[in-house]
Amino acid sequence: MTAELTDATVENDADEREVIVRVRSLERHFPIRKGILKRQVGSVKAVDDISFDIYKGETLGLVGESGSGKTTTGRVILRLDDATGGDIEFEGVDLLGLDHKALRALRPKMQTIFQDPHASLNPRMTVASIVGEPLREHSKLRSAEQKARIDELLEIVGLAPDHANRYPHEFSGGQRQRIGIARAIALNPEFIVCDEPIAALDVSIQAQVVNLMEKLQKELGLTYLFISHDLSMVRHVADRVAVMYLGKIVELAGVDDLYDRPLHPYTKALQSAVPLPDPILENMRDRTILEGDIPSPSNPPSGCRFRTRCPIAQEQCKSEVPEFREMRSGQWVACHFAELDSQENAGG
Amino acid sequence: MTDVVLDVEDLHTRFLTADGVVHAVNGVSFDLHAGEFLGVVGESGSGKSVTMMSLLKLIPMPPGEITAGEANFGDDNLIEMDHEALRDIRGGRIGFIFQDPMTSLNPVITVGKQITEALLEHTDMSKSAAKTRAADLLDLVGIPDAAQRLKNYPHEMSGGMRQRVMIAIALACSPEVIIADEPTTALDVTIQAQIIEQVRKLREELGTAVIWITHDLAVVAGLADRVLVMYGGRIVEEAKVDVLYSNPQHPYTRGLLGSLPRLDQKGHELTSIEGQPPNLLTKPVGCSFAPRCEFAIDKCRTEMPDYYELAIGHRVACHVNLDTGEPR
Ligand SMILES: Nc1ncnc2c1ncn2[C@@H]1O[C@H](COP(=O)(O)OP(=O)(O)OP(=O)(O)O)[C@@H](O)[C@H]1O
Ligand SMILES: Nc1ncnc2c1ncn2[C@@H]1O[C@H](COP(=O)(O)OP(=O)(O)OP(=O)(O)O)[C@@H](O)[C@H]1O
Ligand code: SF4
Ligand SMILES: [Mg+2]
Ligand SMILES: [Mg+2]
Repeated sequence: MTAELTDATVENDADEREVIVRVRSLERHFPIRKGILKRQVGSVKAVDDISFDIYKGETLGLVGESGSGKTTTGRVILRLDDATGGDIEFEGVDLLGLDHKALRALRPKMQTIFQDPHASLNPRMTVASIVGEPLREHSKLRSAEQKARIDELLEIVGLAPDHANRYPHEFSGGQRQRIGIARAIALNPEFIVCDEPIAALDVSIQAQVVNLMEKLQKELGLTYLFISHDLSMVRHVADRVAVMYLGKIVELAGVDDLYDRPLHPYTKALQSAVPLPDPILENMRDRTILEGDIPSPSNPPSGCRFRTRCPIAQEQCKSEVPEFREMRSGQWVACHFAELDSQENAGG
Repeated sequence: MTDVVLDVEDLHTRFLTADGVVHAVNGVSFDLHAGEFLGVVGESGSGKSVTMMSLLKLIPMPPGEITAGEANFGDDNLIEMDHEALRDIRGGRIGFIFQDPMTSLNPVITVGKQITEALLEHTDMSKSAAKTRAADLLDLVGIPDAAQRLKNYPHEMSGGMRQRVMIAIALACSPEVIIADEPTTALDVTIQAQIIEQVRKLREELGTAVIWITHDLAVVAGLADRVLVMYGGRIVEEAKVDVLYSNPQHPYTRGLLGSLPRLDQKGHELTSIEGQPPNLLTKPVGCSFAPRCEFAIDKCRTEMPDYYELAIGHRVACHVNLDTGEPR
């Protein structure tokens, strides 16, 4: 309704960076059905009118608590799920308007890495056939060429050639995630949605996988949408970050602005909730503890969805959906009462 | 120094499985002082849960087997106690909080009844006194409308609420020790912050000793007095909380801290620990971290390192002095 991100404004602050994915007013509502007739009695507004761009070669972090709509956003962008409203452009092509055939032709450019490497790899397929599957589906490589490409991919992700004939269960979580990455980059994609790619891994293994993903991004010029609930890791990997709450993006900014100068009260509270691995800082910190639970997305609060937990909410928040507005260059915020600090105001 | 309430000596637990013997806990010793908050950190499979569950025989036996060790709690050695006597201690003098409240709360009984049952089992309170106490407990753990909430079934509450109920049950009989096994891992970060804040308050009020298990080094940084780091079924380092984070002396602790991204710092290079966690199906010869350790010397691969006391309360199981690279 209010999230007006006009193309003119976006192009202005993009300083000529190339947009690879453009999302406008995107919506994914899941119907809630009841009774024998399966009549629709309501809807889960999993993604509700969000707009953003992803620039070529960047990592856009997407953070938020469970149920905020991160996975749904990623799936809809890849057309693994159907939007119920809005527009998506991928490299200038209207993605939602594509027919099956055109979409299939575009598939190799858009890939995904999932959270649980255990569940996403077919246990009855060897590593070679898992990594080779996209090659068989989408490339014209002959079998010897495919084999060479598989060996090359395994080497790129740090697995040995003799791993090719083994099965997923013979690997640790971190190794399985490497297999998933090898498959994702097999067709030289442009854009990868990484949905909680390290959440299931041990801390000491997370760094291995993240370092690998960063290396591949540099070498292959990849663009990532990095979905995670780990705010510390997102600070580490992302160039810009979008914060979701109940289907809405509440703040979108460059990584340093978002972490050093957050403007939305939810972003602030979220950061304040993340413990630091430092006892001295932990004991000095001023904490904003949010009260209450996250409301249900089938019945979100009126006005600003965060208002039931917001420490600065006022009457207006109940009645009016806050506009998603640019408060600093490149920093977009949806809050009626978010404020720049006084110096900035004075300085214009 | 305050009184020791729990003193664990050389605990060994293993599981006899179809794949072979899983050496889950390989000689764990630690003590817990009255009112102390002890953090236990380590990765998946490092033996955190099995260690604590062994103390109260909460592991399935068979396949589990406690092959050695003592756990002195007051005048008793828990390891030698029968199940009957342990049941009395569990939920009475020692409270347990698990990661997933849904598996430990009974879904068909109201939370009020579950709390009062714990009270009636372990104390000689009257029914009506137990009911009043149950409402007080919910109030204590920060559940609004406590008296009303007693009538709720677990599924009618959010994850954070259920975890508060678990804390209330653990606190019910004023235990001397509470063991919390990853109590906030399944929760969203803002809900985790609520629970941690609540625990902070309760600690000041009640003075119960707490053992808090987690794989997240950050979670215990602001809570614990002392931290144990586990790897491959052993404690590899133990130190006061400020010492552990500022002067870690085991290569694994150092590696772990180096591999953590920081919310409050710009992207520094993450130093990953290469390799995989140990396979517990082979009995460790030498240090189980040796295959991944950049400091390892020959001795590390053949001899299990003993504990070196670096300062009072700071001990480390490592053959090498990390500052000089020389053997200790
Ligand atoms: N297929 C579906 N049918 C109905 N509701 C759905 C469906 N998929 C997701 N939802 C709902 O949409 C909302 C957003 O879910 P989504 O999985 O996108 O959240 P998320 O931010 O990825 O959460 P998490 O951090 O738990 O992965 C949730 O309330 C979820 O229950
Ligand atoms: N019932 C069982 N049968 C066989 N092996 C078991 C059993 N319970 C635990 N183990 C094994 O004992 C080892 C230690 O497990 P434990 O649960 O203590 O790890 P943990 O440190 O608590 O890990 P996590 O962080 O995943 O909870 C693991 O290798 C585990 O697979
Ligand atoms: S004992 Fe040796 S192998 Fe083990 S951690 Fe120390 S240096 Fe590394
Ligand atoms: Mg998700
Ligand atoms: Mg455990």
